[in-house]
Amino acid sequence: MMLEFIGSLVVGILLLIGSGFAVVSVLGLLKFNDSMTRLHAPTKVGTVGIGALLLASMCNSFLIGDGSLHELLIMAFLFVTAPISANFIAKVNIHTRACQTTPTLPEGKDWSTLSDPLRRDDVQK
Amino acid sequence: MTFAAGFLNITIMIAFVALALGMILSMVRLVRGPNPGDRILALDTMVINALGLVVLLGIHQGMQIFFEVSLLIAMLGFVSTVALARFLLRGDIIE
Repeated sequence: MMLEFIGSLVVGILLLIGSGFAVVSVLGLLKFNDSMTRLHAPTKVGTVGIGALLLASMCNSFLIGDGSLHELLIMAFLFVTAPISANFIAKVNIHTRACQTTPTLPEGKDWSTLSDPLRRDDVQK
Repeated sequence: MTFAAGFLNITIMIAFVALALGMILSMVRLVRGPNPGDRILALDTMVINALGLVVLLGIHQGMQIFFEVSLLIAMLGFVSTVALARFLLRGDIIE
């Protein structure tokens, strides 16, 4: 009885944390004013929110019957693939000139997405 | 009935509403996003939110079968994000 009470409380608090992080990530996606800045909100905060929801699902499976740790698989997959997709979207932003100020590079280095010398001159102007 | 069950029900409803609100707001960014990168990012966020909704449905109904659904959604979302970004970067998906 007491254990059930504590389990329900833990699941509810994890659900509240996860949904709060999800809403904050989408608000950041909507309200920031630069493409590269906008990239940061859903790929970090949203991943933490979904992680909390999956943790709540795991605790709930222990609460209602035989526990299972399957959700750890989804968490690992999401935590591994979120930076990769963020990197790809940042490359798209550089490639389509969505960010105004590309950082200056050291001598002899160039962007992998802008390997065409004509286009690189176009960016540096 | 008890306090704990009522609290769990209320938090599940709050989380449903929050994730649905998140999907609607990211759809706003999808429609008016000025750059293609913003649109890809909004689609990725919508996939993540749909994954959260499926997980919530699993908690609400107390069924374990939704685990496979959410794993499939996560994999398809990552692959589609990479494919869209790849298409915009190179003009082709598999070269």
